[in-house]
Amino acid sequence: MASIELKDLHKSYGAVEVIKGIDLSVGHGEFCVFVGPSGCGKSTLLRMISGLESVTSGDIEIGGDIVTRVPAADRGLAMVFQSYALYPHMTVRQNLSFGLENINTPKAEVNAKVSEVAAMLQIDQLLDRRPKDLSGGQRQRVAIGRAVVREPRVFLFDEPLSNLDAELRVDMRGEISALHKRLGNTMVYVTHDQVEAMTMADKIAVLRLGELEQFGRPLDLFNNPRNLFVAGFIGSPKMNFMTGTVHGADRSLLNLDTGEEVSLPVKGFSHHAGDKVTLGVRPYDLRPHASGSIHIQVGAVEQLGTDSYLYGALADGTRLTVHNPGQTRVCAGDNVAMHFAPEAVHLFDTKSGLTLRGFDTEDDLTLHKPS
Amino acid sequence: MNRVWQFITATRGQGRMDWTDWVTYGYLFLGVFLMFFPVIWLVLSSFKTEADIQRYPPTFLPYQQERVMVDGYDEPLPLYRITGGAYEGQVLAQVRRVGLQAQMVDPENPAGGRVRVDTDQREPVERVSLAVENYTGLFERFNFLRFFWNSTFITVTSTLLTLLVNSMAAFALSKYQFRGRTVVLLLVIGTLMIPQTVVLVPLFLIVTQMGMFNSLWGVIIPGAATPTGVFLLRQYMITIPDEILDAARMDKASEWKIFWRIIVPLSAPAIAVLAILAIMWRWNDFLWPLIVLTRTENLTLQLALNSFQGEMSTEWSSLLAMTVLTLLPIAMVFMFLQKYIATGIASTGGK
Amino acid sequence: MLTIISPIMRIIEIPMLALQRVLGIHRFAWVFLLPNLILLCLFAFLPVILNVAYSMTSGDNILLEDRPYVGTDNFTRLTECSNHFDPNSCSEDKFWRAIWNTLWFVTLQVGFMVGFSLLTALILNREIRARGFFRSVFFFPVLLSPVVIALIWKWILQRDGVLNAFLDWTGVGGFNWLVDAEWAFAWTVFLTVWAHMGFYTLILLAGLQAIPRDVYEAALMDRARPWRIFWRITLPLLAPTMLVVLVLALIRSVQTFDEVFAFTGGGPGTATTFIIQYIYERGFAGAPRLFGMASAASLMVAGVLVVLTLVQLWVNRRNVDG
Ligand SMILES: Nc1ncnc2c1ncn2[C@@H]1O[C@H](COP(=O)(O)OP(=O)(O)O)[C@@H](O)[C@H]1O
Ligand SMILES: [Mg+2]
Repeated sequence: MASIELKDLHKSYGAVEVIKGIDLSVGHGEFCVFVGPSGCGKSTLLRMISGLESVTSGDIEIGGDIVTRVPAADRGLAMVFQSYALYPHMTVRQNLSFGLENINTPKAEVNAKVSEVAAMLQIDQLLDRRPKDLSGGQRQRVAIGRAVVREPRVFLFDEPLSNLDAELRVDMRGEISALHKRLGNTMVYVTHDQVEAMTMADKIAVLRLGELEQFGRPLDLFNNPRNLFVAGFIGSPKMNFMTGTVHGADRSLLNLDTGEEVSLPVKGFSHHAGDKVTLGVRPYDLRPHASGSIHIQVGAVEQLGTDSYLYGALADGTRLTVHNPGQTRVCAGDNVAMHFAPEAVHLFDTKSGLTLRGFDTEDDLTLHKPS
Repeated sequence: MNRVWQFITATRGQGRMDWTDWVTYGYLFLGVFLMFFPVIWLVLSSFKTEADIQRYPPTFLPYQQERVMVDGYDEPLPLYRITGGAYEGQVLAQVRRVGLQAQMVDPENPAGGRVRVDTDQREPVERVSLAVENYTGLFERFNFLRFFWNSTFITVTSTLLTLLVNSMAAFALSKYQFRGRTVVLLLVIGTLMIPQTVVLVPLFLIVTQMGMFNSLWGVIIPGAATPTGVFLLRQYMITIPDEILDAARMDKASEWKIFWRIIVPLSAPAIAVLAILAIMWRWNDFLWPLIVLTRTENLTLQLALNSFQGEMSTEWSSLLAMTVLTLLPIAMVFMFLQKYIATGIASTGGK
Repeated sequence: MLTIISPIMRIIEIPMLALQRVLGIHRFAWVFLLPNLILLCLFAFLPVILNVAYSMTSGDNILLEDRPYVGTDNFTRLTECSNHFDPNSCSEDKFWRAIWNTLWFVTLQVGFMVGFSLLTALILNREIRARGFFRSVFFFPVLLSPVVIALIWKWILQRDGVLNAFLDWTGVGGFNWLVDAEWAFAWTVFLTVWAHMGFYTLILLAGLQAIPRDVYEAALMDRARPWRIFWRITLPLLAPTMLVVLVLALIRSVQTFDEVFAFTGGGPGTATTFIIQYIYERGFAGAPRLFGMASAASLMVAGVLVVLTLVQLWVNRRNVDG
């Protein structure tokens, strides 16, 4: 069993605290993705799990053992680095076998394992080349192979695809997912790209400024974002936000700051009349419609053939993005009325940024500690 | 010749040779002459016989008087061309010289008997020839191999020691965060200010107390840890990405293995530069060996050469041959590695 | 080579691994540092401290405990002069001769050497053929050992040497160069410039080549004349490198000993006796061995070198920063 438990984990560099108390548990065999903007502490957290970075306070458990003070080499993990970190002076074969030799694996076994992994990752033709003679994608495979060959309890990936071009990135995404299915190991994967997170993860941990914003299954995060940050971070294009004040006795109306009025869902939300709230609507939930309650001034139109995007602004300047399946007749400069279904709406408290959706809906949400 | 001329006169840019180009090439060829001629002159002179060396004005190439075996004489006899008197124009071999007269014999017809010739009516028949005996003599008459071995032993051992000790320190100072790192860095910088030349007396005490006086180790060990080497290597090692070390740690490599299997191979270019520098420093080292090594059997080549220039000041032929042999290893290193040496020196000197 | 070293390294790894377990990764750095630090402490720092102790004792015994304490007597004796510009009026006249010789020597040698190095570097930086060849020609003597350099030039300059033969042939007439104090000094300067200028040429050339081409091209577009380009662009941009070269040359020049010792032995008389040779002779060449005087003189040289090195570090720091 190689589950991972993080218990109130802290990390400071001198006076600067970069990991501010993270509790998290990754089940055995799960593919967990840490996602967040650059500099939020994803790598630091991953390196603390790996043992390469020391822990300021808190505990790390892997497979039920506390490993907080165990050196990296003895944790039985393998890591794939953003820069691949292949040994430049060794051939691919030596890169793969270095770790096995370090634990005094018999030569025959080393050769067998290296061949097996090389065949699996389709790098068996490259075994005698040096890293500098490989393409980016090939280097990536070698880096993964180096991790796989040691049969670790847990795989750690730190933005492994960020140095690849877009097309290759999509391919490798699929391959890493396939690898996970095939090996069944626990994997922790760090990325700043929410698309990667959504497509690959069993569980996503959204980090921001060293804190865990939300932890859960991809669609849970998408459908029930815990706060404004997660709502804005997960999903592409980003969710649209409009601010306003709740009114009406049955708290079903919202006065937008533009002066327009929209209706709100009541069931499942805990807002009150007079509250300042932020309304979130995903771009694909907005439709041009003559009876629409909000009006946008279209600034630009992107026609992709199968889809089109409208970029515009409300009267108070709030920017909005609209996703339109198929092609559109709307042109830049038009003023278009937009409609959205009340069920498609997310509501957040403007001041705290927290969702106003009832806490009973998702058990994952209870993991979050309001700060 | 035309080709050579074209090569020289062609300017790199467009256009013809300007007067500045002439000055440039004039300066450069003067430089070639000034830098190379002394060494070429040394090498040529070292192949001259002692008699040829005494000649004034000197000849450019080494000459030796021709000698021939003549029937009836055990030793080869020197040949002379007769410039006056009854035998003018003939080439005769000299049997012996008595005062102003020389007894000579015709090598073609030794049976013809000896003839007398005035010594000022003959001149030696000479041809270009290398007096290799200057060199072979060194091995016979002096303990030359011993000096050569001492120099080689010191150079090789202390270079290896320098490389090992300096690269270990450079690794620690470039890739680890530990308390006291800045202090250590400052300490190493501090030693830059203390060359051996200003601590000769206490160094002598320490080396004597450690029993290394008159021992090659007394030269090898005190100079092994060079601050220049540490900085040269550190500068290079800093550029090795930390992620590679992390990858090796994840691969269960010990720190020592990381040093030996990752850092050392990856720093090979810088280590090679330091190796060349250390070899040069050690091979040419003079003052400290002069103080520590006083017994003849301990002398390095440089010391031996210096002490013999006092003893043999009248015997230039051996001295010059020895100089050439001392210069030779470095000249060979230069020919094969001059590009690396140049870049290496530029990188340390400029820093 | 590797087949010998690899097993050794593998054996060393066993105790190293044990140490690593005890110390942890970051403190293990000390294990890498230790050999170098021990050597530096033993052969660089300890001597500095001992040097101070020696300078305050007298006698010719090398063991400190057998040496009587004399306070600042050695320094007093070294510096005692009725007129510091006239070595004859000093109680330690040889020291003052060495000082004045060294001052003159450093001034002339560094001046000529940096001047010729700059000239050579500028010429090598022109659009010339076979730059690599010419560069290594000037660099070649740097590799020669001091004794070899001394002997090469002694051989050329001796009474019946090739230089005199040439001068006789031109009608100027030969001269016994190394017997005359002034000529011996001049040739000493020449010889050291000859031997070391290649090193500084190399550094200056590297500095020149680091000046971006487009700066020159921009100046040409501005119709600047070559002379102006040199004064307004090349020299200012080369100034940091020049400073490095100057300080480095000063540091080395002050310590000149090997070549000169083998070349003239400090003579004729004391005409080419420089400060390091003074230290060597007081401490190691003659009897009695005046270690106290030698150490006191060393400390003074060390003072100068420390200042020069600090300047060098400061100059380099500026270079690194910008
Ligand atoms: N060695 C260090 N010393 C000081 N601060 C660091 C160090 N490493 C990372 N940080 C800081 O910690 C924060 C998190 O960094 P990191 O984990 O690399 O972010 P990312 O999420 O982009 O991977 C950043 O603000 C970074 O500046
Ligand atoms: Mg990162």
